Amino acid sequence: MAIEAAPMFDTDELVLNMGPQHPSTHGVLRVILRLNGERVVDADVVIGYIHRGIEKLTENRDWTQIILLTDRMDYVSAATSNLGYCETVEKLMEVEVPRRARYIRTILAELQRVASHCLWLGTHAMDIGAMTVFMYAFRERELILDLFEEYCGARLTYNCMRIGGLPLDIPTGWGRKVRAFCDVMDSRIPEYEELLTNNRIWLERTRGIGVISGEAATALGLCGPPLRGSGVYRDVRKDEPYAAYDEFEFDVPLGTNGDTYDRYLIRLEEFRQSLRIIRQAVDGMPDGPVMGKVPRLIKPKAGETYHAIESPKGELGYFIVSDGRSTNPYRLRVRPPSFCNLQGLKPLIIGHLVADVVALIGTIDVVIGEVDR
Amino acid sequence: MIDLVIIPLFKIAVVLNGVLVSVTFMVLLERKVIAWAQSRLGPMRVGPWGVLQAIVDPIKLILKEDITPTKADKWMFTLAPILSLVPALVVFSVVPFGGDALFYITDINVGLLFIISVTSIGVYGIILAGWASNSKYPLLASLRAAAQLISYEIAVTMTLVSVILTAGTLSMVGIVEAQQETGFWFGFVQPVAFVLVFIGGLAETNRIPFDLPEAEQELTGGFHTEYSGMRFALFFLAEYANMIVIAAVVTALFWGGWLRPFPSVDALFPSVGALSFLNLAFLDLIPSWVWFFGKMFVFLYLFIWIRATLPRYRYDQLMRIGWKVLIPIALANIVVTAVVKVWLL
Repeated sequence: MAIEAAPMFDTDELVLNMGPQHPSTHGVLRVILRLNGERVVDADVVIGYIHRGIEKLTENRDWTQIILLTDRMDYVSAATSNLGYCETVEKLMEVEVPRRARYIRTILAELQRVASHCLWLGTHAMDIGAMTVFMYAFRERELILDLFEEYCGARLTYNCMRIGGLPLDIPTGWGRKVRAFCDVMDSRIPEYEELLTNNRIWLERTRGIGVISGEAATALGLCGPPLRGSGVYRDVRKDEPYAAYDEFEFDVPLGTNGDTYDRYLIRLEEFRQSLRIIRQAVDGMPDGPVMGKVPRLIKPKAGETYHAIESPKGELGYFIVSDGRSTNPYRLRVRPPSFCNLQGLKPLIIGHLVADVVALIGTIDVVIGEVDR
Repeated sequence: MIDLVIIPLFKIAVVLNGVLVSVTFMVLLERKVIAWAQSRLGPMRVGPWGVLQAIVDPIKLILKEDITPTKADKWMFTLAPILSLVPALVVFSVVPFGGDALFYITDINVGLLFIISVTSIGVYGIILAGWASNSKYPLLASLRAAAQLISYEIAVTMTLVSVILTAGTLSMVGIVEAQQETGFWFGFVQPVAFVLVFIGGLAETNRIPFDLPEAEQELTGGFHTEYSGMRFALFFLAEYANMIVIAAVVTALFWGGWLRPFPSVDALFPSVGALSFLNLAFLDLIPSWVWFFGKMFVFLYLFIWIRATLPRYRYDQLMRIGWKVLIPIALANIVVTAVVKVWLL
């Protein structure tokens, strides 16, 4: 029960408009804050500044063209968007994907997870004021982009998967380069840790900030690292294995306190687990084709399906309805992890200071392209 | 006439220009050092290794359009950057750059007090800039600046009391000379005071980890959000001039100012003749101002290094550190110094 202080002067709450043009809102997120001093009393999260109508657009594109659109949703993690869509259509068409293709897809998805987490780590640390981590993380992300460039020619929007498999086999020696990258990355993670993990200021800025309990996180529909940070075991890679994840050993890191620091530790551990998966996949790479038997004209029979994968941000699901007559989906609906995690922003920031707001926007790791679609 | 007017004026001109030029190169140094810390190259395009960037940056800022927001208080909006730069420059009048009277503008007997009082005027520039901009982010920044001021200023001033106790004088030259007489730089006698003053200096100059009034990621630049062109450049100059001030003050108070290392080792330990090799008499060949600038450079480098390494504190955390950590330590330091000074020496 709060005791009202006797008013000495007139006090007004200040309404502060943060974004859509603000250095720390990661794109065009707009947060309207109602402040008492610097403490957030109320908040309103406004989205929709880069809504491009991707879901509606898919109804006028044929099934293969849509892969290109999925690139543009979570543009820092295009490979997982591709993967989720292709697997959903494969599920709808009941196509068997060759084992080699599933292995390569797993490598691509995990490389993408490392790249996406690098971007998250850099920007999150930058928001809290540590500028060097940003450059370090981007240095490693650059190596991953080089690997992707060598594989498919693109550095950001890869369009690197096809329904039924992959457009290309991996280039000669690519696996060796991926392994080499894993070694480099392994040596670089301690550099991030040295700058942040035991840094007093970092601890004070992240411990106990934005605490959310497991029940509350589940009720809000959070997914990915923000959910696991609260100690809820949910990872689509383990629960409903897709691609080749059932063949690899890896752990799912869980947090205990559900604060910003735990979410940070979890993502750092996910770096290591991703590298572990990549190493296993490269070493055990089977021979064979990379494209399954798919009809030239892709036209799934009438029906609907939902399929989810674990993108770096969380559970990325596609719900597709096919009418069985046309060469485009009747309806395609995306369950974007960024959008669902953004639901958690308002309850997280209320009661915190303005300085924490940027830390919390960073910790839930949203990409506005995926929120708005 | 010559002694009273022309020589001081000449010295003022030299110091003023020296400070302003070194500020521009300071910016370049900062960009370079941070770039190296981040495995980048930094500015490379203008001149060899980007050296001319130091000249190009100010020119760009002067040539830019200087905008005053319509709703801003025009007088205050113009006054604020001046109010923030001028104190930072005035302080240099009592900084002893070298041992000879040639190397400082003046030596007043309350030099340290003068420095404390003048530097605290500088924060009014930031507070006024925030109010006069009539914009919300600068307003928040100016509130933070006010909160920050009371949190560190008290601690720093109290810490300096213990230095004054040790030196027995308030004159900057006198303090350095006291270090020569005792044979110890006060950094060794008062290590706690040195750390406190340095932390306070970081807060004074609005540097990471205490750059709360600027806080680009939170307040989009804080108090200078609405500033552009030369008026913005004045804030920039003030920040870097303040850094040089802090480095100079720390050098003079704690690290022997213009003194070369350990001239009086023999006098300190007369019984241990073996230590005389530490006397290093040949270092006398290096002029005193070189020592001063060399030491200053170390601290300036430290400022940059810290910026490249640390994240930013939240302003309530800074206040907690100020009130609950720095001030008690400063008080304890005064008591210990006084006790040692009165009864043990």
